[in-house]
Amino acid sequence: MSHIMRFKIISSLIIAAIMVVSSIQFYKHRHFQLPIVAGPGVTKVVKLSDYCKQIKGTTADTNVFFLEGKEEGGKVLIIANTHSNEPAAILTALVFIENCVVKRGTVIIIPQFNNSGSRNTKPGDGYPLFFDIPTKWGTKRFRMGNRNAAPLDQWPDPDVYIHYPDKQLLSYLDVRNTNRTWPGRANGPLMERVTYAAMQLMKKENVDVAIDIHGAETMFPVTNCIVAPEKSMRIATMTSLTVKAMEGFENHVEPSPGGFRGLSHREIGDYSNTLPFLLEAPLPFLDQPTGPKTVDLLLSGKDPFLLSLSKQKKLFVPYDESGWPMEKRVGQHCSVVLEIMHQYSIMHPDRSIEVDNVPKYAEVVKNGVGFYYHDPKKCKKEKIFYN
Amino acid sequence: MVLIMIIYYIISIFIAVMIIWNLISERENKQKIILYMIVLIPFILRIFRIR
Repeated sequence: MSHIMRFKIISSLIIAAIMVVSSIQFYKHRHFQLPIVAGPGVTKVVKLSDYCKQIKGTTADTNVFFLEGKEEGGKVLIIANTHSNEPAAILTALVFIENCVVKRGTVIIIPQFNNSGSRNTKPGDGYPLFFDIPTKWGTKRFRMGNRNAAPLDQWPDPDVYIHYPDKQLLSYLDVRNTNRTWPGRANGPLMERVTYAAMQLMKKENVDVAIDIHGAETMFPVTNCIVAPEKSMRIATMTSLTVKAMEGFENHVEPSPGGFRGLSHREIGDYSNTLPFLLEAPLPFLDQPTGPKTVDLLLSGKDPFLLSLSKQKKLFVPYDESGWPMEKRVGQHCSVVLEIMHQYSIMHPDRSIEVDNVPKYAEVVKNGVGFYYHDPKKCKKEKIFYN
Repeated sequence: MVLIMIIYYIISIFIAVMIIWNLISERENKQKIILYMIVLIPFILRIFRIR
């Protein structure tokens, strides 16, 4: 055997070994099923494809949890993990699904809106594949997803994404971003079909309020805020003032720009009767000038580089040695969601929404997020739904 | 969209075969051998629907 042939065989074996090891990890991540325990308030679980058959049988299909009260009232839709690399959203959604009891009205929750995106990752940025939340009974494991749907499910990307129906030119990546493809269409790219299904859900179920939960960089001005279009502005402002006065945390209001198309807080309001809100909590993990993208950074939000930038007043949120821990972000989301429902109920008493058993900011900060999750091993099988 | 996706997979298979062909044909330059192997990785991962 020649020298070059030996070199080829040895290097092929090394490359193949690296490829097999990484492929196993990617495969396990993509096929990991998150158990979600349906709490006492969940009355039915349907699929998003029930509202748009064009996503049936695809990775884009996802669970929709209904929590219906005994009394008729208003309806609120909570959308989480539109961007699966902003996991405070799904953690908040699970707090609601596993604990919330609805007295009046209906709460509809989609915990994993971009299901394909939650099975995608960003190895180039060194994203962890999973993260664990400590609970009373052990740890609950979650997939760490990506902002955009997996190219395995929607490929190829166009050179430029032409938004439907406004024809605005957006980044090519946004064709896989479910916060750029609203209001969507039934026969469009897969992610447009996902947002179309959600629009159909809102129209068919006569949803009054839609809340899309996100996270944003501390160096990005639209962070720690409620984004609202003109029609939702009054409720957003009252919510912002109330949580600051009653619960002591800042959550300012940002107007939804009318000329920037495809976003939930713009298109839901423009193309339906629903009042949209988009919540942003600070997420230091997404900032560019940080240390390694570790699980610790994701959960604690502590980073020495951001601390240094904070001292130079380069951040848009208060930031100190305590970072921005996950319980603070989830606590804020819980309180803001509850307050939006409360403010809507004050303004529309005939369509009010009353819920119970959902912790507020101070409780989540004190007890931690995992405190509110139930052990799937100790629950009845029919109460567990995988996403 | 699905049809375009299938065409892209066919293109990926074609490029992967070309890279493997070049890899086999290369008999002198070690750097090129390593280069072909590294370039091949994303095509293999996509064809097998791993990434």
